[in-house]
Amino acid sequence: LKCTEKYIYYLSFQSKSDIISTVEFNHTGELLATGDKGGRVVIFQREQESKNQVHRRGEYNVYSTFQSHEPEFDYLKSLEIEEKINKIRWLPQQNAAYFLLSTNDKTVKLWKVSERDKRPEGYNLKDEEGRLRDPATITTLRVPVLRPMDLMVEATPRRVFANAHTYHINSISVNSDYETYMSADDLRINLWNFEITNQSFNIVDIKPTNMEELTEVITAAEFHPHHCNTFVYSSSKGTIRLCDMRASALCDRHTKFFEEPEDPSNRSFFSEIISSISDVKFSHSGRYIMTRDYLTVKVWDLNMENRPIETYQVHDYLRSKLCSLYENDCIFDKFECVWNGSDSVIMTGSYNNFFRMFDRNTKRDVTLEASRENSKPRAILKPRKVCVGGKRRKDEISVDSLDFSKKILHTAWHPSENIIAVAATNNLYIFQDKVN
Amino acid sequence: MLSKGLKRKREEEEEKEPLAVDAWWLDPGHAAVAQAPQAVASSSLFDLSVLKLHHSLQQSEPDLRHLVLVVNTLRRIQASMAPAAALPPVPSPPAAPSVADNLLASSDAALSASMASLLEDLSHIEGLSQAPQPLADEGPPGRSIGGAAPSLGALDLLGPATGCLLDDGLEGLFEDIDTSMYDNELWAPASEGLKPGPEDGPGKEEAPELDEAELDYLMDVLVGTQALERPPGPGR
Repeated sequence: LKCTEKYIYYLSFQSKSDIISTVEFNHTGELLATGDKGGRVVIFQREQESKNQVHRRGEYNVYSTFQSHEPEFDYLKSLEIEEKINKIRWLPQQNAAYFLLSTNDKTVKLWKVSERDKRPEGYNLKDEEGRLRDPATITTLRVPVLRPMDLMVEATPRRVFANAHTYHINSISVNSDYETYMSADDLRINLWNFEITNQSFNIVDIKPTNMEELTEVITAAEFHPHHCNTFVYSSSKGTIRLCDMRASALCDRHTKFFEEPEDPSNRSFFSEIISSISDVKFSHSGRYIMTRDYLTVKVWDLNMENRPIETYQVHDYLRSKLCSLYENDCIFDKFECVWNGSDSVIMTGSYNNFFRMFDRNTKRDVTLEASRENSKPRAILKPRKVCVGGKRRKDEISVDSLDFSKKILHTAWHPSENIIAVAATNNLYIFQDKVN
Repeated sequence: MLSKGLKRKREEEEEKEPLAVDAWWLDPGHAAVAQAPQAVASSSLFDLSVLKLHHSLQQSEPDLRHLVLVVNTLRRIQASMAPAAALPPVPSPPAAPSVADNLLASSDAALSASMASLLEDLSHIEGLSQAPQPLADEGPPGRSIGGAAPSLGALDLLGPATGCLLDDGLEGLFEDIDTSMYDNELWAPASEGLKPGPEDGPGKEEAPELDEAELDYLMDVLVGTQALERPPGPGR
């Protein structure tokens, strides 16, 4: 994929009611899951390519919709637990059914999504409507047969992992052993076995003995893609810790500590807030980690702890506006970041429904916009540009015209193809590169 | 609240310079010149931060990340608002936090005490949860989550009826509350084997033996409290 290539606007799905809060492709890219503020999960499936309709290569259509989490009321603390889905993570497919983890602030659930296209008919003890027959009327026995039926996709909750987090869950990550996963909240990280719901193992705890001493929280966590003993977690102070679970049961001591020294020329009251890491992602290769803070995306080599190997400016023109952004709380927005399948391009969102892509090899970058006004089916996305001062060119947008209520926090990249999903408030956009 | 453009463009330009030179604790040579305009900008920033802190704590369950970042920023701002004359020269960055703490202590004891006790209140709120503990979560004995309901009372008082959070400090708010009813022995899960921690603030007495009458009173209060909320559902 080259950043200079343009994208065709492919499909836009407008979710009517709720703000999309997470987007995730499964491991083959066949399915795309979204979670929203109302606790719903909507899964899209890619259409099989058909020879009759060459132009409709691989559109994503709704496959399944279900209510994952409901609002709960904690009577003891007298507060409501939001049903908003914070994260969805897929499990690798091992049989005909699909499995995913979805989590709100407090509870993680394992969902099984499976298809049913046959149903049994000809029961002996029940009639066609399911009512029990009077056994006295049964004179013969028959073997029920399976008959085809319209495809039905059902989602069933297989496990509920509750009551293990005092604080708000911000991350979940499936381990490469496919037997365990972790869930992280502001101060603790727990390790779960998929089969066991009534207990979890605490592997990180940064809660100070005296809460008055609290100065730092956990912001994101992820397992290494290949090494099942290794994981990283990021903090609100802009640091990343890599931990090895073989070293000790409680991984309070990190194996590696990644932090970039502060640039004294850029220091301000807001230095800490803008250094707070909102997302951390391993590359597919497992050799690098990518972090997102308020103004930049950084790529780190696991073998070098003292500074990142690459830093990309997402929207540096906001650096002089930090005071306003602090006032309206935008400075606390948590943007995510993603790798493409080959780890050569990284993508992250910004304001005004802009999202940015950086090609690590060519060092070129592009700004694109996800909006209905500018996108029609099969339209090509035009690169956008923000004008920072002086004369504004015809197609540029000035910093002061940016709409800060239109923020792209969640994006996803197909694991092997150049297909991206971008969540813009309550709209989901899917783009792909040009079909030849 | 979020408008299409950015507000206060002009003021930003005024603030931009003072903020950019806000490195006095790293470079004392700049201090004298930068202090005057900086203090003005910082004062509104200080007020804004206090407002944010207050608002954050008024949430039934504050966003811990937001809270911690605002508190840390507030400490920075407050540290920079101290007059330059009172500031001893700072040789290296590691000394800055302790100097800042000293300034905090001397310049506004009520603020620091309030922030400290508010953060502590959070831990007591969380400690009220009856959640079964994670398997290996033993932790040192001092790291108890003994739920002390006086904190709930304190946060109730932080509601709209309260004026400026920091006018009198929080100590005055506790004076007329009899907190002996809410001592933690009643609330802590039996398996925890908790004892009152060293950080217990004013008003949290040693738990007396609770007799039946006091227990009944306590249950009435609890039931009465719950009646104010939604009717209990079928269960959690």
